Amino acid sequence: MSGFKRDKKEEEDGGGNPFQNIEKTIVLQEARIFNETSVNPRKCTPILTKLLYMLNQGEQLSAKEATDVFFAMTKLFQSKDVILRRLVYLGIKELSSIADDVIIVTSSLTKDMTGKEDLYRAAAIRALCSITDATMLQAIERYMKQAIVDRNPAVSSAALVSSLHMTKIAPEVVKRWVNEAQEAVNSDNIMVQFHALGLLYHIRKSDRLAVTKLVARLTRTMSSKSPYAVCMLIRIAAKLIEEEGADSNSPYFDYIEACFRHKSEMVVYEAAYAVVNLNRTTNRELAQAISVLQLFCGSPKPTLRFAAVRTLNQVAISHPAAVTACNLDLENLITDSNRSIATLAITTLLKTGAESSVDRLMKQIATFVSEISDEFKVVVVQAIRALALKFPRKHSVLMNFLSAMLRDEGGLEYKASIADTIITIIEDNPEAKETGLAHLCEFIEDCEHVSLAVRILHLLGKEGPKTKQPSRYIRFIYNRVILECPSIRAAAVSAMAQFGASCPDLLENIQVLLARCQMDSDDEVRDRATYYSSILNRQDKSLYNNYILETLQVSVPALERTLKEYTNSNTEQPFDIKTIPVSVVSKPDDHEVKQKTEGMLISSGPAKITPSREENFATKLNSLPGIQILGPLFRSSEIVELTESETEYVVRCVKHCYTHHMVLQFDCLNTLNDQLLENVRVQLDTSEGYEIISDIPCPKLPYNETGTAYVIVKFPDGDLPNSIATFGAVLKFVVKDCDPATGLPDIDEGYDDEYMLEDLEITLGDQIQKVSRANWGSAWEEAESTFYEMEDTYSLSSMNTLEEAVINIIKFLGLQPAERSDKVPKGKTTHTLLLAGIFRGGIDILVRAKLALADGVTMQLTVRSTDESIAELITSVVG
Amino acid sequence: MEGSLLEPILYSVKAIAILDSDGNRILAKYYDKNVFPTPKEQRTFEKNLFNKTHRANAEIIMLDGLTCVYKSNVDLFFYVMGSSNENELILMSVLNCLYDSVSQILRKNVEKRAVLESLDIVMLAMDEICDGGIIIDADSSSVVSRVALRNDDIPIGEQTVAQVFQSAKEQLKWSLLK
Repeated sequence: MSGFKRDKKEEEDGGGNPFQNIEKTIVLQEARIFNETSVNPRKCTPILTKLLYMLNQGEQLSAKEATDVFFAMTKLFQSKDVILRRLVYLGIKELSSIADDVIIVTSSLTKDMTGKEDLYRAAAIRALCSITDATMLQAIERYMKQAIVDRNPAVSSAALVSSLHMTKIAPEVVKRWVNEAQEAVNSDNIMVQFHALGLLYHIRKSDRLAVTKLVARLTRTMSSKSPYAVCMLIRIAAKLIEEEGADSNSPYFDYIEACFRHKSEMVVYEAAYAVVNLNRTTNRELAQAISVLQLFCGSPKPTLRFAAVRTLNQVAISHPAAVTACNLDLENLITDSNRSIATLAITTLLKTGAESSVDRLMKQIATFVSEISDEFKVVVVQAIRALALKFPRKHSVLMNFLSAMLRDEGGLEYKASIADTIITIIEDNPEAKETGLAHLCEFIEDCEHVSLAVRILHLLGKEGPKTKQPSRYIRFIYNRVILECPSIRAAAVSAMAQFGASCPDLLENIQVLLARCQMDSDDEVRDRATYYSSILNRQDKSLYNNYILETLQVSVPALERTLKEYTNSNTEQPFDIKTIPVSVVSKPDDHEVKQKTEGMLISSGPAKITPSREENFATKLNSLPGIQILGPLFRSSEIVELTESETEYVVRCVKHCYTHHMVLQFDCLNTLNDQLLENVRVQLDTSEGYEIISDIPCPKLPYNETGTAYVIVKFPDGDLPNSIATFGAVLKFVVKDCDPATGLPDIDEGYDDEYMLEDLEITLGDQIQKVSRANWGSAWEEAESTFYEMEDTYSLSSMNTLEEAVINIIKFLGLQPAERSDKVPKGKTTHTLLLAGIFRGGIDILVRAKLALADGVTMQLTVRSTDESIAELITSVVG
Repeated sequence: MEGSLLEPILYSVKAIAILDSDGNRILAKYYDKNVFPTPKEQRTFEKNLFNKTHRANAEIIMLDGLTCVYKSNVDLFFYVMGSSNENELILMSVLNCLYDSVSQILRKNVEKRAVLESLDIVMLAMDEICDGGIIIDADSSSVVSRVALRNDDIPIGEQTVAQVFQSAKEQLKWSLLK
């Protein structure tokens, strides 16, 4: 009975799908029928179709299987059946990359390609090119040239398209067909025109003059019948305008403008897109393009509306004022049935909106926000974040809106993005802090996402103690201890300890709460509570700073690795945390931020965990001989260019700082295709005190490859001021002339040559690692008694604004600004910059720079450090 | 705005797919080696795409950094994918051509069963529309004319006597063999 039921179910499902449940082995077995002496198309066609279907479903064949079935398939060339033959071509294309000896069918395909049957010819060309390699291409070159100019458009198109594919493997050969392509561009057939233009441009693209001529001729002569060819021409023209920096009087601009009146919407859109994306667009052209897009916004076709809104969204980033003309149309699109369009419309509006329209917009969004999917909500939230940063005064409206969204149903990603936005607003706008924290407190009362709750608790611990009424947050935090799962309880305990350490009047209460937490059922929670309560019992400021308020400064992956090594080794010595490199303060990725604010609906996969740049360098450097004895890598500098970017040899330097040594990594690129460089090294002219320990050359540097040479130098002993130095540098190498095509040297003997590089500077910043201090103020106070202090006053006459001075000081000293003191409030004439870092060898540095603006910037610099000479060094190098 | 100008290259289509009403692949072709290189990634993308599109009849969606235009009929979903900066109207023209070609091949009977019955022709048509990401032809009637409709589809009046005789003989032979 059950069997019967299943059969019936299958029948309904598959609807008699002949391809259901096919198996690889059976299909390959069936394919043997191809080998029979007389080919029966009726039998073979379905089997071949099955085979192709199977490949299309993603089934993988081994090289052996593929080769067997490929050879069987070649037998089918005997049949005259059109469909079977065409399916064979498809099969050849599918298997060409897996099977061996595919060139065996070259002659059969060449015959079909030059034969009389038009239905074969075009497809045969495309199949042939899929099995041809660079050497075989010469053999069929004659036929290809003929085919390109063939009277049959299908044949010509196929030949052109295949040629374009072939440029990847044999660019030189295809270049010779330029005359044929030239002829094909003049064809009457619209597709041939399009393909010929594509090939012609590809061949000529490195030759600017030829492209200019091509465009100049075609913009005058090419019929506008082929929308694809016109789109292509617009793209080429736009690229030329950008490269040449042509102004709006150039003929290219005229051509693109003329395309606004083309009868195909595709072309009109392409022209508008090109205009808005050109850097040199003037307002007049921009207005024209925008009015075209505005028209599209009202189109009944969703695709056209989508294209228009997407483009307007892009324009809103660069020219927000120009888009305001479309605001009415965009507002109509908010209710569009296609949610992609609606969301793009909102984000565009949020970008262009004036401060006065914020309230109205938020109301509009509130009406439909519940209807859209999470993915779009995230985009809306990101737009709101941008808006909040733009109009800080509107924070209350936006914050209320966000908290309403927080209360709604939603997934983790959505909630996290709202919480992120609130946190950004809090950080950016001190006025919004209290309300923002209040909203977040309310949110964790009813938050089902553990990771989010932990983050918010951490934030409360950091920001809460600095507010006017810290006590009100404690209730929220302690509630978590009673109600939540272990990881949240542990986070709550940590947050409470922060209050205890920063607010002396709350200490007693916190101690009581922590004592209760010591009865917790979870190990982690109990451990934390005991740990914190015993530190708080000591009533020692410096303990508070080091073990409660500050976070771990070392890089976590490195810590993990070192601990593993330590436990595996059988050593008696205690573990020393100082041997672990300090973690790098990660900068917010500008690019990523920009991408996010663009409001594009790109859902990317989960972020991959990439090891930090330092980690990468450390592993690479550790493979060098003689480097282990230098100790752990302290810091790697940014890349410094030692040559102009377009010279014969490009050399970049990365400075890796160790406790007493500096490893200079020179990445060299050889851009001459007729030279092979050997034994490439950098000769340094070191300044006083420096000692070159070793020199690791790059043995071989072929054309267009990057090789690395290293030089290890030792810092001057006990002579800190001299560690800031400038080295002369010369690239030395042995040149061997070689054949550009093969890269093999012509002669065995090369000759010595050298190449002057720009001077290499070792700065103070190279020797300092940035450290972010969560609680700079208390560290500073504590340092007053224990650290050495130096103070000096400078006049920075070259700076005109406080912002400029702040940026330059941070860059020069290589220290990390703390407590967001790198942001200068607008309209102030004084500012205090707080900096922290570690000098190589693990010496703490704290710097306070008081800046005042009056005819240039005056700076009072106070340096506190555990080492007197370093404090002295810092005060002496400034100035 | 750096880099958002479109490169003048012909490779505009990243993928074409025909899915059934359960989101399973009937035919799919990916043209860019950097876009979903493995069958597994392709399946995941298709499932995701189907889930996002099968209910909302909205014609266009952005997914995983691709612009996808789509169209459905009875139990079939047709998709054309391009990069997120690609001219959407070009992609749409390819989709229209794909749909119209299939529709003509199947004599307006656009459903899963019919597609599977004429799968060979539909495969040929897809191959004629796009080759390695380059649009070969976007005119459905010209595509259909190139994929050579089946011999036995020619109305009986236009067949030669020999052909009719041949096919009758063939059919008789097969029915006897069964």
